[in-house]
Amino acid sequence: MLEPVEPSLRRPPLLALPAMGWFMWFLLIPLGFVVVYSLSTKGLYGGVVYHFTFENYQRATDWIYLRIFWSSVKLATLTAFSCLVIGYPMAYVMATASLRVRSALLVLVVIPFWTNFVVRAYAIKLLFGEAGPINEFALAFGLIHEPIVFANSDLSVWVGMVTNYLPFMVLPLYVALEKFDFSLLEAAKDLGAPGWKILLKVLIPMTKPGIITGTIFVFTPALGEFVIPDLLGGAKTMLMGNLITDQFVKTRDWPFGSALSMLMILVVTASLGVYLKISATENAPVDATTVED
Amino acid sequence: MLELKGLEKKYGRNYTAVKKMDLTIREGEFFSILGPSGCGKTTLLRMIGGFETPSQGQIIYDGKRIDPLPANQRQFNMVFQRYALFPHLSVWENLAFGLKMKKVPEIDLRTRVNEALLMVKMESFAHRGIATLSGGQQQRIALARALVNRPRVLLLDEPLSALDLKLRQQMQVELLSIQRRLKHTFIFVTHDQEEALTLSDRIAVMNGGNVEQVGTPQEIYEYPKTPFVAQFIGQVNTIEGEVKEARPDTILVSGAARRVLMVKPSRDGQRPLPVALPGTPVKILVRPEKLKVLKSAPGPEQNAIEGTLREVLYQGAVTQLFVMPRDGSAPLIVSQPNTAVTARRSFNLGDKVFVAWLPEDCLLMGREAALPVAENSVSIAPPLLTVVGPPPESSGAALA
Repeated sequence: MLEPVEPSLRRPPLLALPAMGWFMWFLLIPLGFVVVYSLSTKGLYGGVVYHFTFENYQRATDWIYLRIFWSSVKLATLTAFSCLVIGYPMAYVMATASLRVRSALLVLVVIPFWTNFVVRAYAIKLLFGEAGPINEFALAFGLIHEPIVFANSDLSVWVGMVTNYLPFMVLPLYVALEKFDFSLLEAAKDLGAPGWKILLKVLIPMTKPGIITGTIFVFTPALGEFVIPDLLGGAKTMLMGNLITDQFVKTRDWPFGSALSMLMILVVTASLGVYLKISATENAPVDATTVED
Repeated sequence: MLELKGLEKKYGRNYTAVKKMDLTIREGEFFSILGPSGCGKTTLLRMIGGFETPSQGQIIYDGKRIDPLPANQRQFNMVFQRYALFPHLSVWENLAFGLKMKKVPEIDLRTRVNEALLMVKMESFAHRGIATLSGGQQQRIALARALVNRPRVLLLDEPLSALDLKLRQQMQVELLSIQRRLKHTFIFVTHDQEEALTLSDRIAVMNGGNVEQVGTPQEIYEYPKTPFVAQFIGQVNTIEGEVKEARPDTILVSGAARRVLMVKPSRDGQRPLPVALPGTPVKILVRPEKLKVLKSAPGPEQNAIEGTLREVLYQGAVTQLFVMPRDGSAPLIVSQPNTAVTARRSFNLGDKVFVAWLPEDCLLMGREAALPVAENSVSIAPPLLTVVGPPPESSGAALA
């Protein structure tokens, strides 16, 4: 329950002005341009002609483009889900480790940020390459007889995506688990709950804010991601990210690119809306109205 | 009946939290485990609950070994120190949690949850969130959440320690009345000696991983078997000396405050005289309320130490007087009830007074441990439950 806030505290303080100005100039106003562009027409030589039309949106909802949208959503969902499944136990270990181990693990999670992600994607490409260390190692120990071709496969795209986005999942999960009172697990056990029920009925509901934050942090950027799939997947599949980039850079069709961008914002908002709705109904914190008699 | 046999818990190589322990807890009793922090009492409780694996020994309940069972398969429930209520569930759902896990049918579940809420007088809070409850209310819900499962044994880990004094006393009374009504076995861990004395049928006093003594509150308080128990439970005055002469019914101790002091067996015969050879260094232990402050020397049937009155602390129900003995040994604390008579008897600071007590009202112990008791001495209460442990010669003899 929120306390009513003092009216003077409700107004943004002066110190918030830089941030607000920043968002104004670099987010809201450009977004306004995108909206306007998306409703305009492409000029003959790539400019924008302010001739009002819905044509760009009609084109954007074409079956071809919807399929591209769909592959992006699939990739982002798979990435977010994989990061959650891999990251949750990791965050759990971090939150329950001794203080020294904990800080060491935190550093390990953050280290990847010290290198540019394109460089990291290349590193993965090399790692999984036909003559890369993994194949060399497996060959040397006789585990395989021929090098496995990972390159340009869905597997290497998946590895690249998870590697890149895992920290964004682990950190919020860690924050949630660090605050978690682990005696609750003992209480659940004491009341006769088997392990999986403890997980479903206590641990996950109690760390839901972390799960939601982590999922949003991973899903949203993963939806627009195209560099990793390009580098590791061999640029076979068109994704929303490169589709939109192409409109601005290659075809110079700014109005259509803008319409696609608007649709992408819509897709993100809609997916997260659905996700939040689902996670809110399950194990919602109960108030006076929901149960009994 | 819950039996602990040779139960031990080691952490790493060097630290033993609970040392080889034998203990029997009877069905339906309110059994307290009392000790200072770090004495291993919580570890012991957690082993019984299944939250710690014993390094050695067995836990036997109703003739069956339960120590290999995980916590969720024991018919015990625990009230945790900081309650560990589920903050994402309502009061009702917290109570229903255990029953749902046991797949209790909905109708039964409702009745039982309602009963449990009624028992702790929280029926109007069923649909509240945990965060909206006060500490005392959370305490009640934690108790109800455990009781609703009808545990064979209820484990309570310092459940009242977070409450303020008034609330704690009120909860003590309620806890006791609930236990009397349900007749479940309660195992109650506490560091608060008063709480243990008030609530328990029997108490095990723990120190440094060992059980020092097991007995009824009265036995523990009146007939402590070790110096630790005497000093940990209640206040006690210690007067050092050495045995001068051992007669069949009296031991004379000299050196203490330049007086010869007498120690006799207690009148009810529950505390026989220990065996003490002349010259043995000993200490006499006597409770403040057994002492009297007099203006003139008492008769020869009483022990007396002369001294100066240094401090008078009025504490409402009692007054505590601090008397500095003439030879400069540690001050004696005298606790006098403020009855109509004593309240009017006034002393001034600096008065020369006599501290007197009956030879039957004090205990004789060795400097470090208890003195042995003779084999043929009277022991009225047969040891109901025994503490084995690496026995300092004392406990072995005490059990004989």
